[in-house]
Amino acid sequence: MDSNIVDIVANFLRADIRSATPILLAAIGLVFMERSGVINIGVEGMMLIGTLSAVIGSLYLGSAWMGVLVAMLSTGLIGLLFAFLVVTIRANQVVVGMAINILGIGLTTSLARIIFGLNMAPPKIDTFKAYTIPVLSKIPVLGPALFNQMAIVYLALLLVPITHYLLFKTTIGLKVRAVGEHPKAADTVGINVFKVRYASIVGGAMLSGVAGAYLSLGLLSFFSEGMVAGRGFIALAAVIFGKWSPIGALGAALLFGAGDALQIRMQAMGSSIPYQFLLMLPYILTVVALAGFVGKSTPPAASGIPYTKE
Amino acid sequence: MREQNTEHLKRFVIKALKNTSTPLLAIFFALLVGAIIIYFMGISPFDAYRSLLRGSLGSKSAVAETFIKATPLILTGLAFGFAYRCGLFNIGAEGQLFMGAFCAAAVGIYVKGLPIIFHLPLAVFAGFIGGGLWGLLAGWLKVRYGANEIITTVMFNYVAIHWVSYLVTGPLKAPPGSMPHSSPVEITAQLTRILPGTRLHLGIIIALLALIFFYIFLWYTKKGYEIRMVGLNPNAARYAGMNPARNIILAMFLAGGMGGLAGASELLGVQHRLMQGLSPGYGFDGIAVALLGKNSPLGILFAAILFGILRSGGNLMQMLNGVPVAIIYVIQALVIIFVVSEHILKSENRKVWLNKISNKIKLSKGGSSN
Repeated sequence: MDSNIVDIVANFLRADIRSATPILLAAIGLVFMERSGVINIGVEGMMLIGTLSAVIGSLYLGSAWMGVLVAMLSTGLIGLLFAFLVVTIRANQVVVGMAINILGIGLTTSLARIIFGLNMAPPKIDTFKAYTIPVLSKIPVLGPALFNQMAIVYLALLLVPITHYLLFKTTIGLKVRAVGEHPKAADTVGINVFKVRYASIVGGAMLSGVAGAYLSLGLLSFFSEGMVAGRGFIALAAVIFGKWSPIGALGAALLFGAGDALQIRMQAMGSSIPYQFLLMLPYILTVVALAGFVGKSTPPAASGIPYTKE
Repeated sequence: MREQNTEHLKRFVIKALKNTSTPLLAIFFALLVGAIIIYFMGISPFDAYRSLLRGSLGSKSAVAETFIKATPLILTGLAFGFAYRCGLFNIGAEGQLFMGAFCAAAVGIYVKGLPIIFHLPLAVFAGFIGGGLWGLLAGWLKVRYGANEIITTVMFNYVAIHWVSYLVTGPLKAPPGSMPHSSPVEITAQLTRILPGTRLHLGIIIALLALIFFYIFLWYTKKGYEIRMVGLNPNAARYAGMNPARNIILAMFLAGGMGGLAGASELLGVQHRLMQGLSPGYGFDGIAVALLGKNSPLGILFAAILFGILRSGGNLMQMLNGVPVAIIYVIQALVIIFVVSEHILKSENRKVWLNKISNKIKLSKGGSSN
């Protein structure tokens, strides 16, 4: 009986981490962008481009990791376009973000039709498999939940301390944060605002590509139209709920992932509690946090404002 | 006298050209890039675009379909435009559409026995209020708690979509069968068809009236003037004795109301039942419509018709020429990108860019002559 409950908890935690991973990957990318003063509503579209690119990469280059690489390259290019429009041309970030979302739907759906045809039996592609870490996976509850996952999951979890260190303990991070809080002051002390924002945007976009690759090569094993299904917006919510920090984003991603995992189980069990309320939860919690009902989250001061050098 | 008239005409034409040059260039470039993509698929872009036009303007029913698609786009365009004129970004038209549809459906299904002249306006009004309150909530959170309306409206989209999803799989689900949709609204709450032999319904009239309201309210009433002043410069407006907070809330209510009308029109005019797939992203397309139309009434009308053409003609293009219908999303995205790039096209900036380039050329020439 007891071991049964332990199994259930372990399984649930495992599913939670699986659901949280794409949100976490995209959210860490967003933390970089937002910390440098850029709002990216287009992350949903970027992830979508990542999902298809990863499948194409895996199909033609024969390995899931090559898929991730192709996804990073293509979302990096989209990031470059985004950066050019919002940093160089100083176009409105929200509007360009929406355009990237629409572009993402259009490009991936069109390209998928052209490459795979309409009535496709999904071709066999290399995908990610769970990799059991020898000794650690034997730890009760945490072992099977945490150490019996895909390599890309470990990577996402490792990124949390790395980006935390990078953002808060190094000069690179200081520069990024300075540019996001007070670009003019940063400029005065010799930081190149444009370069920092370009780098943050392109880097962040590449991480959203990895998130997309995880969806199409990890969680599922092929591309389907609109398969990101709002996870980009949940990542956006996780960044705000996590107060623009990598560790906060991890917490938010795990919380939202738990909601998702629970929701899937409830649907499968035919529970009478409507699962849609769990699906709403990330968005409601984020608005609540933003309004400051529980611990106000305040965005970087220069968020959304293009920088003009005088 | 005659000279003065021609002078006026001249000025009007120049102003009209100035206002439309960027949108027209944006459409041209977007269609050009679209044509290049179609060409690389091995399909003739001319044939494809011919089908697009035939499918959207080639017959009476095709034109009707174009206007059916343009109806919600006009309204969601206004949902963005109303907020934008007050200096706000309403990304929540999709959610306001769903909330409007939900309220219109509630009145359309559960109020019974009313004659159409009362029931229909009541259902439409319910849609307006439903969307309006959903927008107002974001406006209130902004002025009361400082919550950025861009983020809250984005978040409220998904809350509304999941709310409708809950209703049509739960309490509002039509009894027989397993389809996740509500019962149809009463016939007295359905928007009347106005063109025999087509599906064109009264919604287009609602959309046109909303456009006129937008114009008169913003440019010919005191409240509208205040909203525009707050949008142009909130501090100056405050010094002039206006209350930015109240204007923000009013603008978000009206903006949300427009989104709600879009939902009511789709529900009462096209679908007649509440369902999950009520909108293929009309709320998001409205942003593009408003931007392309420069948030002006006529601009929004023409931009909505253009996007209506793309949506209704895209299907025939896919059927006859094998061009994936999703290509119209690429064209729409490119239109937005080219519109927001107008910055480089503006004359003063063009001079700066040209100077930069000519300086570089001069430098390199100077270098080579040495």
